[in-house]
Amino acid sequence: MKEFKQLKKNITKDFTGMKIIKVAILGDTSTQFLTQALKGLGYDNGINLEIWEADFNQIERQVYDLSSELYEFKAEIVIVFQSSHKLLGKYNKIEPNQHLLFASNELDTIENIYANLTNNLKAKIIYYNYTEIDDSVFGNFANKTESSFLFQLRKLNYELMSFASKKQNLYLCDISSIQNQVGKSNFFQPHIYISTEMVLSIDVLPRVASKTIDLINTLNGKFKKCVILDLDNTTWGGIIGDDGIENIQIGSLGIGKAFSEFQYWIKKLKNRGIIVAVCSKNTESVAKEPFEKHPDMVLRMEDISVFRANWENKADNIRQIQSILNIGFDSMVFLDDNPFERNIVRENIPEICVPELPQDPSNYLEYLYELDLFETASFSNEDTERTKLYQIEAERAKVHQKFTNEDDFLNNLNMLSNIQAFNKFNTPRIAQLSQRSNQFNLRTVRYTENDIDRISTSDDYVTFAFTLEDKFGDNGLICVTILNKEDGKSLFIDTWFMSCRVLKRGMENFVLNTIVNFAKKNGFTTIKGEYIPTLKNDIVKDHYLNLGFEKYQSYFSLETQNYQDRKNYINIKK
Amino acid sequence: MDRKDILSQINKIFIDTLDNEEVVIEETTQATDVEEWDSLTHIMLVVTIEKHFKITFDSKEILSWKDVREMMDSIISKVEFNN
Repeated sequence: MKEFKQLKKNITKDFTGMKIIKVAILGDTSTQFLTQALKGLGYDNGINLEIWEADFNQIERQVYDLSSELYEFKAEIVIVFQSSHKLLGKYNKIEPNQHLLFASNELDTIENIYANLTNNLKAKIIYYNYTEIDDSVFGNFANKTESSFLFQLRKLNYELMSFASKKQNLYLCDISSIQNQVGKSNFFQPHIYISTEMVLSIDVLPRVASKTIDLINTLNGKFKKCVILDLDNTTWGGIIGDDGIENIQIGSLGIGKAFSEFQYWIKKLKNRGIIVAVCSKNTESVAKEPFEKHPDMVLRMEDISVFRANWENKADNIRQIQSILNIGFDSMVFLDDNPFERNIVRENIPEICVPELPQDPSNYLEYLYELDLFETASFSNEDTERTKLYQIEAERAKVHQKFTNEDDFLNNLNMLSNIQAFNKFNTPRIAQLSQRSNQFNLRTVRYTENDIDRISTSDDYVTFAFTLEDKFGDNGLICVTILNKEDGKSLFIDTWFMSCRVLKRGMENFVLNTIVNFAKKNGFTTIKGEYIPTLKNDIVKDHYLNLGFEKYQSYFSLETQNYQDRKNYINIKK
Repeated sequence: MDRKDILSQINKIFIDTLDNEEVVIEETTQATDVEEWDSLTHIMLVVTIEKHFKITFDSKEILSWKDVREMMDSIISKVEFNN
């Protein structure tokens, strides 16, 4: 991790062409250095954070005064940082008989701040949780004394989590966990705090900035979706080809424990929706044997979406995995104990994340915990099903090879799509897809569940959500369009995104047919579309031209009058 | 470690922290004499000097120095105390 000094040097570099994100910072202590660290680290992440910083200790004034600079600035993200030290200050000032209610009263204040911010600003709120400090008035007894500061602080952190779990636009940045990692004496320096009102030490600033930027990246659809595992000495101890299945190290004995715990971690990631793939230099049947037969293996074949074991080079194998999964290299993590393999992959595929695993396997997990690679901004049932979906996709890819004619293949799939307007059942998935879709996304406008709710009840919009299933399985909800009624005659395609799992199935044609049929029935004569380029969505650059739209200066247009239904093999599922 | 020696070490820290190769400080230099030496960079200087000399200033010292001489007095008293 870079030092603060290095991050600071980034600030004067050239940010042209980087995505601009407007961030407001409200703190009850001095936040100037934090602002600099965020700005500087933003540069390394390819984002241009345009930061507005409130004068310190102005949180309430800025939040409750609707004419304040905060609202004028129109931030997309508001960071609220109320420190444990000021919290202790408040606790000290109230009457002892109020101490029991301290955490609930504080939470009320935070709920109010959140409500005001989200009612008056279309922004997501990042709230820093409270680092643990103890006034040591009760000693250990604080743990069984509800009115103690320690009890109230921990309660407040817990209540905050519980509140955040119910609020769509509230995200907690867990700076308390940073203090746990580095220790309080490295996190906080009393003499600097006393002379400057800064609670974060210079050394800890990059970590706090990094944890914050992880969240910001995630909110912008940039996060890890897949982990690719090497096998020998990464997933188990020893070399399966040389040592044989009975001699590899796994289970509760000695170093085997390290690999078992590692596998439990991977399994939990898989259950959370991270795709697990294998890339190993081995004979396939030999490499699969432990997954099928070893009693102590935690990971089984059904946990692995794509399994590549052969003697080809790993960079090529990872490219193959990528083409099956259809996700960006920058959303993949490759774990391999061998520095040589790691370097080959890094050199050939610079976007992929390749952690420098420590030499001793017993350190793997602690190292990976600290890297904290798998940030997410949502979690739904669909996530737990993802592995199966990709296994089916790998299956489909095999069948595809048997058909020489594309039409025969598509016809043979028996595809069915269900079309619905947005409703309370599909809203979470629509919002999630809106955050995740990067490639097949024409305008990349991100919508939260609240936004989707608002759109679905507005008369200005027409919404469609499409599912797709075929004889291999159900892909679930995979495509979304939001049409804005510009006037009685024309419909503007505000949003059109689709999961890359269903590319090349004729879904685009099916969707456009649906849109035009709706338009014709309701008297709209023109459909307009727009393509806003990002680093990721090059594949839909010519989307509208391919669908027969005509290009005007900044948009594409289609007349509905002479439209002929476009060919596809998808039937409507009632 | 004599004063000249300490001054040249501090000068290097100033150059590095203020990101300006041309900064030359004397014992009589004050914050107002150096453009980049504001209240924020002052804290970075303090933290870097603390690390370099393996000392910790008292909070009342940090904001009390009128010039580099006084800062050096603090450093010397701390370093001597440590030895």
